[in-house]
Order: sequence, then C-alpha cells, then structure tokens
Amino acid sequence: MYTFSNRLKIGAIVAMVLGVICLAYGFISAPSTVEESKAIMAASHDDGHGGGHGEEASHGEGQEADYMEESGHGAAGEHGEAHNAEHDEHVFHQLQNRPWSALYVAAFFFFMISLGVLAFYAIQRAAQAGWSPLLFRVMEGITSYIVPGGIIMFVLLVLSVLHMNHMFTWMDAEVVAHDELIQGKTGYLNPTFFLIRAAIFLGGWIAYRQYSKKLSLAQDEADDNKNFKLNFRISAAFLVFYLISESMMSWDWIMSLDPHWFSTLFGWYVFASMFVSGITVIAMVTIYLKSKDLLPEVNNSHIHDLAKFMFGISIFWTYLWFSQFMLIWYANIPEEVTYFVTRIEDYKLPFFGMLALNFIFPLLVLMNSDFKRVNWFVIMAGIIILFGHYMDVFNMVMPATVGENWYLGVPEIGGILLFGGFFVFWIFTALTKESLTPKRNPFIEESKHFHY
Amino acid sequence: MASHYEAPIRKPLVLGDKGYHDVSVDIARPVEGKANKQWWIVFTIALVAFLWGLGCIIYTVSTGIGVWGLNKTVNWAWDITNFVWWVGIGHAGTLISAVLLLFRQKWRMAINRSAEAMTIFSVIQAGLFPIIHMGRPWLAYWVLPIPNQFGSLWVNFNSPLLWDVFAISTYLSVSLVFWWTGLLPDFAMIRDRAVKPFQKKIYSLLSFGWTGRAKDWQRFEEVSLVLAGLATPLVLSVHTIVSFDFATSVIPGWHTTIFPPYFVAGAIFSGFAMVNTLLIIMRKVCSLEDYITVQHIELMNIVIMITGSIVGCAYITELFVAWYSGVEYEQYAFLNRATGPYWWAYWAMMTCNVFSPQFMWFKKLRTSIMFSFFISIVVNIGMWFERFVIIVTSLHRDYLPSSWTMFSPTFIDIGIFIGTIGFFFVLFLLYSRTFPVIAQAEVKSILKSSGSKYKKLRDAGKPLYEMPKRGETLASAVAPVVEGNKDEKVSALMEKLGAFNPDTDTADALQKIKGVGPQMEQVLNQIGIFTFAQVSKMTNAEYDLLDSITEKFPGRAQRDDLAGQAKLLNDKKQ
Repeated sequence: MYTFSNRLKIGAIVAMVLGVICLAYGFISAPSTVEESKAIMAASHDDGHGGGHGEEASHGEGQEADYMEESGHGAAGEHGEAHNAEHDEHVFHQLQNRPWSALYVAAFFFFMISLGVLAFYAIQRAAQAGWSPLLFRVMEGITSYIVPGGIIMFVLLVLSVLHMNHMFTWMDAEVVAHDELIQGKTGYLNPTFFLIRAAIFLGGWIAYRQYSKKLSLAQDEADDNKNFKLNFRISAAFLVFYLISESMMSWDWIMSLDPHWFSTLFGWYVFASMFVSGITVIAMVTIYLKSKDLLPEVNNSHIHDLAKFMFGISIFWTYLWFSQFMLIWYANIPEEVTYFVTRIEDYKLPFFGMLALNFIFPLLVLMNSDFKRVNWFVIMAGIIILFGHYMDVFNMVMPATVGENWYLGVPEIGGILLFGGFFVFWIFTALTKESLTPKRNPFIEESKHFHY
Repeated sequence: MASHYEAPIRKPLVLGDKGYHDVSVDIARPVEGKANKQWWIVFTIALVAFLWGLGCIIYTVSTGIGVWGLNKTVNWAWDITNFVWWVGIGHAGTLISAVLLLFRQKWRMAINRSAEAMTIFSVIQAGLFPIIHMGRPWLAYWVLPIPNQFGSLWVNFNSPLLWDVFAISTYLSVSLVFWWTGLLPDFAMIRDRAVKPFQKKIYSLLSFGWTGRAKDWQRFEEVSLVLAGLATPLVLSVHTIVSFDFATSVIPGWHTTIFPPYFVAGAIFSGFAMVNTLLIIMRKVCSLEDYITVQHIELMNIVIMITGSIVGCAYITELFVAWYSGVEYEQYAFLNRATGPYWWAYWAMMTCNVFSPQFMWFKKLRTSIMFSFFISIVVNIGMWFERFVIIVTSLHRDYLPSSWTMFSPTFIDIGIFIGTIGFFFVLFLLYSRTFPVIAQAEVKSILKSSGSKYKKLRDAGKPLYEMPKRGETLASAVAPVVEGNKDEKVSALMEKLGAFNPDTDTADALQKIKGVGPQMEQVLNQIGIFTFAQVSKMTNAEYDLLDSITEKFPGRAQRDDLAGQAKLLNDKKQ
C-alpha cells in the first residue's frame, strides 16, 4: 500500500494555495471598465511590449475582425472613431478574458491528461496487452482525476454560458445577431445543446472509468475471469464512444472558441496531444512510485515501453500537426488560413517554440534506446513534453480569447500551480486507496515476466 | 524478443501436434511439390486477364489517352482511382510486418510473408497507372529531378504528385528489402532440403549465403528492427502523400485536413481485407490451416472493424464539418455526393465500408471463414468506390454549371483495371509456388511459447523435451523390436501397416513420393509395401524398423516425411 508522503502532500497544497492567490490577483487586476483597460494598455505600451497594439492593420484576430466588418459598424465617415471605440471594448474583453483563459487552459490541460490516460487504459484492456497490467493501478489512480477535473470543466463551461466571461463569442447574442456565419451554426452552437453534449461526454467517460475500476478491483477477489472479460467488452465499447465523443468535445470546447474556423482533423489532433501527455504522466508517476520501492515488479522494460510510446506518439502528434498546418497553409483559403496567420503573427514564440518542445526535443532525447531506460532521463523528457503540450493548449485557446494580449504571467502560472497541485493531490490520494499490484489479472504473470 | 512466458488464456497460434521439423516440412511442401490442376486453372485465368490488360495498355499508349472515358470536366477518374486503390491495398503488408513487429504481436508471423508479397505486387500495379497516364512511358524517368540536358524540365517540387514519386519508390524499395531480409533463413531452409542441383543452386543464390550462425541471427534481428522502425513512418507517409494529391487543392470535397490520417486508416482497412481474401484461399489450397488459424482470421477481422470504424468516423466528421463550416461549396459537394447523380456510388461506399465491418462485433461472424471471405470482398469493392466517389463526384460538378457532366468508363478503362488484377494474381500465384509462404523461421521462434503441442505439454506439467534415457537410443525408446532377425522385423512392420492383398488392392506408383527412387520402391515392394495407404501409416517407430531392415537409406524416410506425403497422395487418389 502506498501512503501519500507528507512532503509531496504539502508541496501540492502549497501549489494550490499559491495558484489561488495568483489567479485571484489575475482576476482583481483585470480591468472592470473600458477606461481601466485603456490605462493598462497605455502602461504596457510604456514597457515597450507589443508596440503594434494600436494599429488596426496588424489586427490579425480573424473572427473578431470579421464580425466587426460584417456587423456593418464604422460605415464611411464615422469609421475611425467608431472603430476606435470598438477596438477599446474589444481589448477590454480580451483583458477581462485573460484570467479566465489562464484558468481554462490549465483546467483543460490537466483534465485532458486523465482523459488521455483513460483512453490508453481502455486500449490496453481491449487489446489484451500482456506487458501493462502491472501499471493498471497507476493508470486507475490518474484517471480518478477525471471526476473532479470533469466537474470543474463543466462548471467553467456553465460559467461561460452564464456570460461570466467572453471566451466563447458565439454565446453572445449580440455577436450572433450580426454574424451570418455563426447564425448558420446555431443548430449546433447554442448554449443548451452545448451543455447537454458536455454532460453526455463527461457522463460517459466518468461512468466507464468508475465501472472499469470496479471490475478491475473485483477481479482481484473473484475466483473466475468474469470481471476481466466484462471489462474487456466494456473497454471496447468505450473506445467507440470515445472515438466520437473526444472529437466532438474538442470541437465544442476548443474549436468553437474560433467560431468561424473549422478543421476536420482538429479532434484527432487534440487526441494526439492528450494521449502523449497522458502516457508521459503514467511514466512519471510510475517512476516516482518505483523510486519509493512501491512497484517492485515494474522493471526497466516497462519504463522502456512507456518511453517508446512517449517517443512514438510525439512523432504521431507532429504528423497530425503537420497535416493540419501544411494543408491549410498550402491551400491558403482565407477562411481557414486566418487561424495560422494569427498564430504566426502574434504567437511566434509559443507557436514555434511548442513545436520544438513537442517534436524536436522528444525526437532527439528519446531516440536512443538506452536512454529510454534511464529513469531521470525519462522524467526530464516528460517535463519537456508536458510543458510543450500545455503550450499547445495555450496556442489553441489564447489567440481566440485574449488575441495579441497574451502573457505567460501571474494568472497563467497560477492556473498551472492550482490545477497541477490539485491533480497531484487527487491522484496520489487515490493511489493510497488500493494495492498497487493487481493480483488476479490473467495477464499479470506475463507482465511480471515482461522483458524486452 | 519478448519473454517466452505466455498467459495460459492465450490461444495457440500453431495448431496440431507440430514440432520444428513438421514446420519445415509443411512450409516447404508447396515449393517442393507440383502444382495441381486448380492452380493451373486460376493461373491461366489470371494470365489471360493480364494479357488483355497488356493489350489495352499497348492500345492506350499507341493511340492516346483519348481512348479512356475522361472528359474536360472529369479529367481524372479510373486511372487515379485504381492507383490509390492499389497503393492502399499495399499498406497491410507493411503494417503487419513493421508495426505489428514493434507491438510484438506474435500472430503476425503466420501472415507477414504473404502480406508483404501482396504489398510489393500491389505497389507494382499502382505504379503502372501514372506511367501509362504519361502517354509516353519511355519518358517516365522525367519525373525524377535530373538535369535538363537529359530532356526534362526541372521537376516541380511544389507538386504533391512529385512527392508521390519519392514516397512510393522509397516505400517499394524498403518493403522489398524488408521482405527479402525475412526470406533469407527460409530460402536457406529450402536450399538445404533441395535434392535437385538446379533447385539447390537457385535457392542458395536467393538466400545470400545464409549459414544460420548466431552472428547471422543477431544481425538479422537488428536489421529487422531497424527496417521496422524505418517502415513504420513510411506506412504513414505513403498514403498521407497520396491524400495530399487531393487535399492540397482547393476543390470542395478534396480540401480537408482529416485526409492524411483517414487515408492511412482506409488503406490499412482495404489492405487487411485483401490479405484476408488471399489468405483464406491460400490456407486451404496449401493446407496451412494449422498456421493461418481461425484466430488469425478473427484478429484480421478485428483490425478491419477498427479501421472501418475510424474511416466511418472520418466520413461523418467530413459531413458534419462541411455543414458546420458554412461554406456553401463544401456543403454542396457533400450533398451532391449523397443525393446527386452518383448517389449509388456514395451509398455503395457507405454500406461496404462503414456498415459491413460492424458485423465483426459478433464473435460468431468474425470467426466464420465464409463470412470473413465475403466481407473481405465487400470491403475491397467499397474501398474502390470510396476513391471513385471522392475523385469523380468532386470533379463532375465544377464551378461552371455548363460544364457539368458525368463519367463513363470505356472498355479500355475496364480492361486496364482487370488487367492489373490479373497481373497481381499472376505474381501472387507464382510466388505461392516458389517462395516459402510463411515465415517459418519466425514461426519456429514462437513454437514453444504459442504452439499447441507445447502448450498442452505445459498444461499437463510435462517437460517440453525429454532427453532419451542413458544407454538407449531414441529409436529403441519408441520401437523396442529392433532385435531379432530380418523376417521378424518385416512381419512386425507389416503388422502395423497392414498387408497388401493383390486381389482387392491395386499397387500405387510409390515413386511419386519424393525421396522414393526406383531402388527404394523395389525394397518396399519386397517387404510387401505397395500402396500409399500403407506408407501413410508409418511413424517414427516404423521408419526405424524400415531403416534397420533396408540398412540402405538411414534417416531418409523420416527426413522426407514419407508418411505425410503418402497421405496426401492417397487423399488425392480417392
């Protein structure tokens, strides 16, 4: 049995408290009126940050600019003034969105880790893999976060629907009234259906996680393989549900932040991101527990396999990133390419930086097969990958919500600390509840003998 | 390699009471034996189809592309459809040999050889289409970036069609090397068994001097892993680049970002269907049911089901996003696919690719050989229609309604397509008679962990191999009647095999058995063995008895598996 070490527990709590303080600061310092926002912008101009803020021309924020044009404001003579006022209000919304976005990105990032682990876990069960059963308890511990993490995501979505923030512009009736493109989508993008879908996805994922965990524990006490077989079946069924729900979730929760933009690949792209982050966390938690001698039967080969997955799925992620980027860039259709124009113009460093973190680093660091067995090496690579995928989510969300006024500042770090601390606290608490080695899984002997 | 321990609930991958020698004998049999009538019939049909296709190709090249059904609106149809279809089929081979190797799936060993052969043969068919379409195939080398003084203009590196040239030629070369590497120990096995000098010569050339030393095996395993690592991104890249042919354009229905992974999933889907089609026939014809078991077919069906579902998910995503995008051209393209003049092709594709694999959720259906065969054909048809739908429905309604038109293939279009199917089967049938169709060296490596014989021994708690007791030879352990004079031995032998009654029985030509020459036949006849039925009853004990009677051909009968051969010949006679 694992007992939650005090140092780790205190660390997690401190992170949460610090996170709350940072986020609170973020919310307090966000402007509450347009005038305050102007003052903030003026101050930041003095810092020399983002010198081009005043220029309308560089306003790459695709859909916002679009809807302003379509809404017919700023006709001929009054163009200049009206547009300035528009712009100020727009910047005001972006600055108000900033702490919310910081919260949202971090909440989604840690939630998607547990969802990625859940998918990996279901695949191991459905494929009847022989190497991984020793890691099932670790995976079940990490997926426990899907319950609180999912509820937090749902609450955040409800708050958006209640207009606590302006992250989802399509939720704003005023915007929709002037935007024909969004009007065409209201059959799908409307607050009620949006929340119903979110409830169905979360309900399905949580139900599978809880049921599968229950069967997994029951198998240890049973004297036949009934639980194991049932778990195999529901895992296969879950994967079908997951294939559909994961794509739709990513359209809803992320792609609709840019309500004009669309990409058929988007769902699978987000999947690759959550999958590699999830596997990375499995490897890191396993190495941590192993360093405490709690997983004596997990050997180098298991770590090697996890690291191979980190390597392989990083490349797979890059493949999907490239497919999406290259096709849109090559075809250069204005409706689609605006997405990348925004990111390359305003997010040059995070956009290309995360490509380096998520592709070049794992490729070089994990290429050598000996390194995949060196625990601290895997941990280092894991930290790079996790940060890279945080930045990936950051790049998916921020350009739509805060536009060019992005920072990696106090609220963003606060979000990572709060949810990171909570994530660690929750999963390690869950890990203390059960024995870390499954007893009667029919493949457990294969897993113990696993040697590559 | 992974550890040799295997959970008891895993089903055996090699059925029957097979030892190492049995594997060699079973797999060398089609190569060493003679082709039967059915093989010749199928081969003739395939050859005729191939020749017909060749005629159509010659006619196309000598007359011009105008003999095809293309028009100015639909200017790309069956040629590219067939190209993509054949390239896609190729994917299963690499997936089985490389990706499943990396995932340590032992069941791939029974099917990888034939799947890779299929890959190579289908990529050859695919490659034909762009070359014919050039009109002047003798200038095909112009697609390569060679300096202008050779006649070509410098190639356009911005074109995905050029990327295809690189992707597919790389794929073909790596697949070929991978395939041949795996073949080396198996060719060597056939070489070592060969009796005729010509055969021996050929197979020793093919096996590149394989000796079977530990060093050979170590290099073999290393190179297999490296090639698998290289081939895995290649599987993704080839169909990705094929999908770029369409997706980089701005044609509604073609420009969509999901194309790369969805084409790859579709390719694996169609490839596995073709593997199933070929292997369900081959396991029967070459009597390899113990190696390509129902479980293998079941697992392939599961892969078909998974990839079919992924493809289905992609179809629905495309449909949804076409609506969601609000782009009316996209919306029209998809509406037109489903309800326009080509609705039948669209629904054929949907039925074959999305609905039909869902039957595989039922264990009864996915373990039924006939049903699997049927579905594999259905999927192959469906995947051909998928490419046809994507290509033709997007082209036939362009931006100018006055140029809207339909496509109808000419006899030449059909002839070339049928011709490639014929060519493919000609190659595959020749392969099945001259190559070891199962990677026997690899199968032997899992025999102890996954063979039914050893699994049973393990379950019974018996050792997998027992050393003969001290002071006794192996022969005496099983046949205690070696003592005594010749007559006693003969009667002991005849007691086992049954006497020959010249009134009711007819003598068989025992020389048909490989390893039985005129001299051996005479000896057998002297003992009283005249029929295949008698020979087929022989076991190791009788072989030893026979050896001790004749004293001329020690070990020969066992090595050539006289009984097994005789059994087949006897079955054929009846």
